[in-house]
Amino acid sequence: MTKKIEAIIREEKLNDVKDALREIGIIGMNVYEVRGHGRQGGITLAGRIGTYQIDMLPRLQLNIILSDHNVEKTIETIRRAASTGRQGDGVIFIYPVDEVIRIRTGERGKEALTYEGDIDDRQS
Amino acid sequence: MEGIDTGDTAWVLVSTALVLVMTPALAFFYGGMVRKKNLLSTLNLSFVMIGVISLQWVLYGYSLAFGNDIGGWIGDMKFAGFSGVGSDPNADYAATIPHLAFAGYQMMFAVITPALITGAFVERVRFPAFLIFSVLWATLVYDPVAHWVWGVGGVLREMGALDFAGGTVVHAISGFSALVFALVIGARRGFGRAPMEPNNIPFSVLGTGLLWMGWFGFNGGSALGANGLAANAIVTTNTAAAAAGLVWMFLSWQENKPSVLGFVTGAVVGLVAITPAAGFVTPLAAIAIGAIAAPISYYAIRLRQRLNFDESLDVWACHGVGGTWGALATGLFATTAVNPGGADGLFYGNPGQFVTQAIAVFGAVIFASVLTFVIAKLLQMTIGLRVTENEEEVGLDISEHGERAYA
Repeated sequence: MTKKIEAIIREEKLNDVKDALREIGIIGMNVYEVRGHGRQGGITLAGRIGTYQIDMLPRLQLNIILSDHNVEKTIETIRRAASTGRQGDGVIFIYPVDEVIRIRTGERGKEALTYEGDIDDRQS
Repeated sequence: MEGIDTGDTAWVLVSTALVLVMTPALAFFYGGMVRKKNLLSTLNLSFVMIGVISLQWVLYGYSLAFGNDIGGWIGDMKFAGFSGVGSDPNADYAATIPHLAFAGYQMMFAVITPALITGAFVERVRFPAFLIFSVLWATLVYDPVAHWVWGVGGVLREMGALDFAGGTVVHAISGFSALVFALVIGARRGFGRAPMEPNNIPFSVLGTGLLWMGWFGFNGGSALGANGLAANAIVTTNTAAAAAGLVWMFLSWQENKPSVLGFVTGAVVGLVAITPAAGFVTPLAAIAIGAIAAPISYYAIRLRQRLNFDESLDVWACHGVGGTWGALATGLFATTAVNPGGADGLFYGNPGQFVTQAIAVFGAVIFASVLTFVIAKLLQMTIGLRVTENEEEVGLDISEHGERAYA
């Protein structure tokens, strides 16, 4: 089974998370800039005079596709690297992936997904 | 050319260029504070005034302001089309530079004044209505008030009112006109419910830098010569801006953090407040004028917010209130030790000057407010001032200009 990990993290944690993921062998990912909020609500910004509130805060969303049996290890790695212990650290979603196709070669499934030396290649 | 001084002429020509740049600078100062979908529209509201008012000024505006006096209220059509405005000086206004240099320099003041008003109605004004409003306002408000204050025979000039570079003529009347226009056109959709975040504060910082530099031409050039008075004007200008910027920064710091937009807004308010006084007061007085201007305008914004008026970019608080304070402060701090051609103010034993300043600035402001109300109402009832709800939601860049700031 192939899974998609969608992790929403603080912008300033991207480098920590990327480094930690590389150490466990995760090479490919893509990143979206997203805005939103969970329980922490919003933040206060300085205006021309006084302050104002914004509630849609900038975060980054990482998308990683990999084999089922590597999901738990990856989740733990992201959690450890992205956590500050404060509200607003983010959230992780896991989805099943029906199929993966590499555009250049037309490979499908595990072949399309795996890079030489990455986490799925090492622990398949 | 009889009586022409090349140094004076060179300085006024350079100052003309400096004041010209203030209009694009203002465009960026305002543009940074609106939402992304209205950035081009906001830039254009200021910028297009260079086109519109330059022509108005050459065709008849200059003559209305500086032509032969009719009863103290308006100039005649003697200089229409810049006829007779050439290389020889006009000794009534500037005896050592070509008349054309004076008229061209004054053109840049006429251009930026209606551009200042645009901060009131950004993000919702119909472009055609804005164009017509600006021509009518320049003709019926700016040109007469410029004549009252600066024209030989003008009522306020005859009264002895001092306005070195346009605290009343430029800032006070545009600021109060902005408030009146904002009340007529009404608030932006969603005003007060969602924060309307500035799309690009760096633009506002950059715009302020260019405004600050241009203001040396605005105030320094108003000496109409390359001399000690110009130097005094430039030094007082810089000093007041520095004081007001810092005080504003501390005011915002005390409430939260030292806001960058706050510092630059304070600097602009200091520049506004020193404008009428720059050639009449000492550098130490400039510190007081700037430092007091900052809290006055700061709390004027708070008052405007409490009243829930969507005078969107606070032209009233910064230019209307700041310019009025500057005009009154001139009546306090002016001294003939700085400028023998001026007058002494209250602190130099002449309380009458303060009264004169108050009558002049409040008279001009009331006149401008009434006229703005009439012009805006007439346009509202005929062609309409506002874009449709849908156009406002899409943004004026697309709806009014068919362009967008970023691809």
